[in-house]
Amino acid sequence: MQVTLKDFTKTFDDMTVIDKMNLTVEDGEMLALLGPSGCGKSTTLFAICGIHRINGGQIVFGTRDVSNVPSQKRNVGVVFQNYALYPHLTVSENIAFPLSVRGDDKAKIEREVRAIAELTHIEELLARRPAQLSGGQQQRVALARALVRKPDVLLLDEPLANLDAKLRLEMRSEIRRIQLETGITAILVTHDQVEAMSMCDRIAIMNKGEILQIATPTDMYRAPVNKFVAGFLGNPPIVMLEGKASGDGRFIVNGGAGLPLPSRLANTPGDTPLSLGVRPEHFGAAGASQVSGTITFVEPQGRETLFDVTLADGVVLRSIQPAREDVALGHKVAWPLDAEKLLAFDATGQAV
Amino acid sequence: MTRNFSAWPIYALLGILSAPLAVMYLFLVIDTFTNAPPGSLIPNEFTFHHWRFLWDASVTGDVWGPTATTFLFATTMVVIVLAVSSTAGYAISRLNLPFRRFFLSGIMVMHAFPSVTLIIGVFLVLQFAGLYNTLIGVILVKASLMLPFGVWIMKGFYDQVPWEIEMAGVQDGASRFTVWRRLILPQVTPGLLSLGIFAFIDGWSEFMLPRILAPSANFQVLSTYLNVVSDPNSTTYNFNLFKSVGLFYTLPILVLFAVFQNRLMNIFGGGTKG
Repeated sequence: MQVTLKDFTKTFDDMTVIDKMNLTVEDGEMLALLGPSGCGKSTTLFAICGIHRINGGQIVFGTRDVSNVPSQKRNVGVVFQNYALYPHLTVSENIAFPLSVRGDDKAKIEREVRAIAELTHIEELLARRPAQLSGGQQQRVALARALVRKPDVLLLDEPLANLDAKLRLEMRSEIRRIQLETGITAILVTHDQVEAMSMCDRIAIMNKGEILQIATPTDMYRAPVNKFVAGFLGNPPIVMLEGKASGDGRFIVNGGAGLPLPSRLANTPGDTPLSLGVRPEHFGAAGASQVSGTITFVEPQGRETLFDVTLADGVVLRSIQPAREDVALGHKVAWPLDAEKLLAFDATGQAV
Repeated sequence: MTRNFSAWPIYALLGILSAPLAVMYLFLVIDTFTNAPPGSLIPNEFTFHHWRFLWDASVTGDVWGPTATTFLFATTMVVIVLAVSSTAGYAISRLNLPFRRFFLSGIMVMHAFPSVTLIIGVFLVLQFAGLYNTLIGVILVKASLMLPFGVWIMKGFYDQVPWEIEMAGVQDGASRFTVWRRLILPQVTPGLLSLGIFAFIDGWSEFMLPRILAPSANFQVLSTYLNVVSDPNSTTYNFNLFKSVGLFYTLPILVLFAVFQNRLMNIFGGGTKG
């Protein structure tokens, strides 16, 4: 079911946290609300499920305006960060709760619980209590409980934050698999760019109560609309250099030497203030121009090696390359820079 | 586990300090079964003579009537306290009440108030309501005096239930009342249980309120009954008999305590976040 926020506004006391936000989540799509803590992503989520009352605008599910519909009648499934399982009930009673509240008969409840347990791979856990489950299993139960009454929308609030690294990887693909199999519209709130990029069809990146960009993960990574988005996506992060255009297609770093600008910016007049974003994979792999400097930091990561290269004028560029041991700390290197892929931003931080 | 220092000096000190109490309790029990003359510490015989009040009403008057009344008194009070505390504690912990802070500080003040200072006001209210000298009046007063403590304790227990559980229940389609009854209440049962036991013990041992608020009523609770037995001016005064009745009166409390002592400690671990 399509979910639409129209001019959604939320204030706490006198503080306007979110001002006139617009967002459309397509039917069957999984969308990530990505942003740093305090950006209003959880507030948005809680407004959609009805925990927070909205102060302005509309929330529409399909064609139904639910702005003033109480949580109970919105038919939204929510997975909370700490799973919020009912500790005194067994797994099957937990999953059956939404159905028994609705007044379904025993046989039907039994059948539905079986079916959803099969989907989430927890059939053998049905008799246990939440305290006897591992984090990943609790997560599966929470998902099953949220999905069992076939909600219009599934909301996930930082679902992976409480899991250890290995489980996180596993549950990432599990949640996506379940979402695809059920074809449910889902909204995922996260501050982890990897989660957002790997699980979702589209990402809405938020900062300070505003949506900055909505795009597919690949588009957003390749063409961020501003410096914030560019800096938020990518690990290891992008290197941002402040400086100005030289007027002849090059970029002068503040107090230092020049780097080439992408050819689309060759006509930028001189002295235009610019920021140049260099992602680690743009340096050291391929490209027309050579940049030389000294290796000042090496971080082997197994499959890849991360280098910091300090140029003659003190500028530090980061490079990530397939693992190599032929160069070491202190070596002088001249590596190619892929100037065409560099990101450039104007004085206000917008992409140019 | 290794200890940094040995524990026996502490045990020894505590043992010495509590010895007088333990010895007195021991003799309380021994004296009810013997006829040792005053001044002698050695029990001289074993007899049920002092326990004859249990079956012989001519000794001190009927004891089972007051026992039943005390039981009724304590349990009714427990029911009232639990019913009000479990709902009021929830409201104060979770609901967006008007004057919430005022209620909270009011409860704190009432909690700290010695109930004796309220007795004149309480007397006037009971008199006005026509409940003076009635069992129901005493129960109501005792329950209300217990409530600030009960509400405060239950609020502490409710505060510890994560709010996500409640929100999850609401999302699952349950009304706030269903959420409270089926999801939240089961999680504060340890609190309810200890509060219930606490209230029962408190009601069982209450002496002052029945004595003052129902002095000439046609019922007696065990504490006032014991008071009559222990009257040194009465003709039936007998020290060993007094001890037997006293022990009989204490027994249920001792049993409750022995069975539920771990639960009772709970009440202080229940947290009282403001």
